[in-house]
Amino acid sequence: MASERCAVVGIGQTKHRSKREDVSMPGLLREAALRALEDAEMGWGDVDAVVIGKAPDMFEGVMMPELYLADALGATGKPMIRVHTAGSVGGSTAVVASSLVEAGIHERVLTVAYEKQSESDAMWALSIPIPFSIPVHAGAGGYFAPHIRSYIRRSGAPDDVGMKVAVKDRLNGCKNPYAHLHQPEITLEKVASSTMLWDPIRYDETCPSSDGACAMVLTNEAGGDRAEAPAWVHATAMRTEPTMFAGRDQVNPKAGRDCAAELYRKAGISDPRTEIDIAEIYVPFSWFEPMWLENLSFAEEGEGWKLTDAGATELTGELPVNPSGGVLSSNPIGASGMLRFAEAALQVRGRAGEHQVDSVRKALGHAYGGGSQFFAMWIVAADKP
Amino acid sequence: MRDVAVVAFAQSPNVRSTDAIPVEMLMPVIDEALEGSGMPREEIGFWCHGSCDYMAGQPFSFVAAVDALGAWPPINESHVEMDGAWALYEAWVKIQTGEVDSALVFANGRSSSGELRRIMSLQLDPYCVAPLWPDSIGLAALQARVLLERAGRSEREFAEVVARSLRDAASNPYAQVGGEQTAEELLDEPYIADPLRRHDCPPVSDGVAAVVLAAGDLAREVSERPAWIRGIDHRIDPQALGVRDLTTCPSASLAAEQAGVGDGGLDVAELHAPFSHQELVLREAMGLGDGVAVNPSGGALAANPMMAAGLIRIGEAASRIGSGEANRALAHATSGPCLQQNLVCVLEGE
Repeated sequence: MASERCAVVGIGQTKHRSKREDVSMPGLLREAALRALEDAEMGWGDVDAVVIGKAPDMFEGVMMPELYLADALGATGKPMIRVHTAGSVGGSTAVVASSLVEAGIHERVLTVAYEKQSESDAMWALSIPIPFSIPVHAGAGGYFAPHIRSYIRRSGAPDDVGMKVAVKDRLNGCKNPYAHLHQPEITLEKVASSTMLWDPIRYDETCPSSDGACAMVLTNEAGGDRAEAPAWVHATAMRTEPTMFAGRDQVNPKAGRDCAAELYRKAGISDPRTEIDIAEIYVPFSWFEPMWLENLSFAEEGEGWKLTDAGATELTGELPVNPSGGVLSSNPIGASGMLRFAEAALQVRGRAGEHQVDSVRKALGHAYGGGSQFFAMWIVAADKP
Repeated sequence: MRDVAVVAFAQSPNVRSTDAIPVEMLMPVIDEALEGSGMPREEIGFWCHGSCDYMAGQPFSFVAAVDALGAWPPINESHVEMDGAWALYEAWVKIQTGEVDSALVFANGRSSSGELRRIMSLQLDPYCVAPLWPDSIGLAALQARVLLERAGRSEREFAEVVARSLRDAASNPYAQVGGEQTAEELLDEPYIADPLRRHDCPPVSDGVAAVVLAAGDLAREVSERPAWIRGIDHRIDPQALGVRDLTTCPSASLAAEQAGVGDGGLDVAELHAPFSHQELVLREAMGLGDGVAVNPSGGALAANPMMAAGLIRIGEAASRIGSGEANRALAHATSGPCLQQNLVCVLEGE
């Protein structure tokens, strides 16, 4: 089946912060979108369609805010789609946008994802009691901590692996001017002495709550050819599994393994460990780095922590993971997945600035959401597929 | 573009309020759509869901619906915080990429959890408009008032839309309200938001729907008479009422043009016009002549499960093609206050 090639030619993001009180919601989105358009050397009028993504509307208190935001995003008279697939949404939004180009429907698509958590209260929104449903009053950390304990028990990983991830990602974040947290003074000792929130997740091993947005301009092959440094989309994949199915493994979910297998098959990758140069992986709690390294087939089951422990995932390691600082450094929830996709593209374009890894040709962007049940991924490369 | 068709459609009866949770509502309807398509669950290439958290009063409300899909082994699935008609659009795009040949699209239109007209206020500008709590019926009434005073429309025309819709709904087993009433009788009813009377407004409905799409030969294989999607497009207008001429609907006009509505005569048009006067706006915006049978299902005035009502329009139009009653049909979905965002789908028989 013939399908059009798709390239990332513009990337923009906001400075992520816990409260962006200097801008309204439209102001926040325009900050990222204008940077992406400027990077793509385009104006609002060049955009054929807008695809917007964000996590639950209760995080800001606006129902289907894309209706209100359409005008501010230059979408008047254009098609506009709003995606919501839980935490993976930033990734799925980029996948929907790339599909519009790959299907030959549009030549230039602006895709934006955001969260402005300071407008409401995510912990409140996550804790609304629902009749006949299991309450998740502890928020995401309380939900995922048992998965991490299970991972540690199964793999026999030493206790400090999660702390090493936290130190690495926060130090990487110091090289990223857009990152929310800049903690150059962070050390293993500091992480170890930070408050235990949800055993074994300490305060310093947890993502922040951020206001922020990310935007990308995607074009077809002709647009990519005209661009100075395009990132070519080699493959995208999405997978979903149910929350309440007793047969699922929440530590190493089948949906994630299947999604990665489909992604690598489409991208013609047989050995991800050697063929992928850097990975931007959705790691909201430190221990998810080794867990996802296994889920993504970068390591055998039970071995992921060894990569982290040996420093392989550091900026100068064999497989740098989250050179941007990752979700542990910035977490505007709805945008967090798109930031992974965008940072992967920045790396293959050679435009990541201080956190640029040398000679990146192929990169993975990864996002997950819900109870580790929604997955969205893409492979971008400096060369055409 | 690949040829893609609607090959199956199922919906629940629409009711004012149900105790069933969305998963319980969706399971039988998804099963019925699968059965209608003759395709086994595991052969569906892509799944796409339309729903809205504010309808449920719960963040991540769509997540539970995955339990209704039999998503094991894991499936290729997505969700839009929009009417299911836009989920159908996303599925159509996915089929156009050539990655998949079929999709099941479903929508959760359970609208009774809260006070709907007030909930809809939260779609508005959160800084300057929503704090004043103008509700969905009040905003529609403003639009109706503009139509009366600036576009030469009359309350009798509104009533005639209602009378025809309710009469047609009487023979639709899924409709929530319906019956015989003349325009004169309707005009004797009191206003609830001048110039709108209760029957000019949609009922609050709980209902769900599912549609199966298939491409090319697969569609011909599984369906005796597929309803081919000849054109599908959607557009959005700005939200702020002060910058829009509410007597027209530019986004609907543009979507209709892009979907190729004018390329041939239409037998049927299923319009998602939640308020009676909005049918008049849409007919004019999309250039529909008097020869087109509008909303033979009764339309949104007979049942308006929010987030499913647009998808149901596509399903109803496709069903009429499937049965041979129609050969070319238009289906329309809307979202946002006063017809802000509009999707148009043109369907044809072989």
